[in-house]
Amino acid sequence: MDYTPTPSQTVGPFFMIGFAGPLLISHIAAPGVPGERVKLVCTVFAGENQPVNDALIEIWQANAEGKYNHSGDPQEKPVDPSFLGFGRQGTDDLGVCVFHTIKPGRVPANDGSLQAPHLVVGVFTRGVLQRLPTRIYFAGDPANDSDPVLALVPAARRVTLLAQPVPGEPETWRFDVHLTGARETVFFDI
Amino acid sequence: MTSPAKPPVITPYRRLDPKTQPPLLYEPYRASVERAPRKPLILLPQTLSEITGPVYGHGDIQATDNDLTRQHAGEPQGQRILVTGRVLDDAGRPVPHTLIEIWQANAAGRYIHKADRNAAPLDPNFSGTGRTLTDAQGHYRFVTIQPGAYPWGNHPNAWRPRHIHFSLFGTAFATRLVTQMYFQGDPLIPFDPLLNAIPEEKARERLICKFDPNLTEPDWALAYRFDVILRGREATPFEGQ
Repeated sequence: MDYTPTPSQTVGPFFMIGFAGPLLISHIAAPGVPGERVKLVCTVFAGENQPVNDALIEIWQANAEGKYNHSGDPQEKPVDPSFLGFGRQGTDDLGVCVFHTIKPGRVPANDGSLQAPHLVVGVFTRGVLQRLPTRIYFAGDPANDSDPVLALVPAARRVTLLAQPVPGEPETWRFDVHLTGARETVFFDI
Repeated sequence: MTSPAKPPVITPYRRLDPKTQPPLLYEPYRASVERAPRKPLILLPQTLSEITGPVYGHGDIQATDNDLTRQHAGEPQGQRILVTGRVLDDAGRPVPHTLIEIWQANAAGRYIHKADRNAAPLDPNFSGTGRTLTDAQGHYRFVTIQPGAYPWGNHPNAWRPRHIHFSLFGTAFATRLVTQMYFQGDPLIPFDPLLNAIPEEKARERLICKFDPNLTEPDWALAYRFDVILRGREATPFEGQ
């Protein structure tokens, strides 16, 4: 029997009919969830600056203690059952989607050091035949300097993985995804 | 300073063979020229962040969500079909209780989406969306109608073969899969750039469901089998790598 994994295909332009309703999640963290509040404004661009109005963004993250709500996380830390840590949204006509969440804690790296606070991200869009995995880190966090995943990225491109605080808008961070072009976002082969 | 944590035991998911998956850039698929990343992907050893993932959708499944023919007052137009199969990992082990979402065009080849400009009628009795969870052995089953082919603007006289979109989560962020299922014998298959982007013929065939006379229900519906294989884990963990 052949159990080679099934090939990926593009999500296409019409996925919102399948994902509308309760399975779209903008509020990753409900109001009572402990942690530093983050409003994350994501914008997807193609070419140099064309907004992509039919992308899907999925986010997976740990809680404020750096613990995932998943049986595969062996850390002896509490899990809040009301915080799954998953969100997904389609982009609007301006290429934008918004998530309301908390800044995750530091998750252990494979060598026992700690990763910097980050969200793992999957970008799906018409025109791309696979999911594009990337990460969102928080600009200015001192832990970024010792993060083992950021260290894999050429220094000049690390900025593409940093959400930037929006001046004058408390708790608000901006993260731009450039599918291609001069500012192409770093995507990972996981 | 935060003190170092105990290294987690990471048993990573096996990497995919590029011959069995479409590349990011495939020029015959015109939109990929506009949108595909050009820089090489950065190889990321999986961490706790990638080997965990959302156990998701369990509270959100309604009784008619896996029967796309019973979501409205009347039955939709079209050939009633069953689409059934198993979700397994790459060692043949079932992936139980995982969310599958599908979406598709109606029998005339039209999606119920505002951006679909195909000059074919909508069907008031068909939304074209379904979801279900696999059972303990990884089995799933949908009742729907045969979707129609439809024209698209990729190249002159381009038509998409009949297909159903599938979205699966599996056990981790690393196992997430979005794909499309095609129908055996569809004459449009050899011309489809999305399918042809997959290098190996054998891999392309994994996206084509098979007619199953044994599962076909007399006087009611044709049955098609479509098994989905998700990435499985390496045999041995990496610890403190």
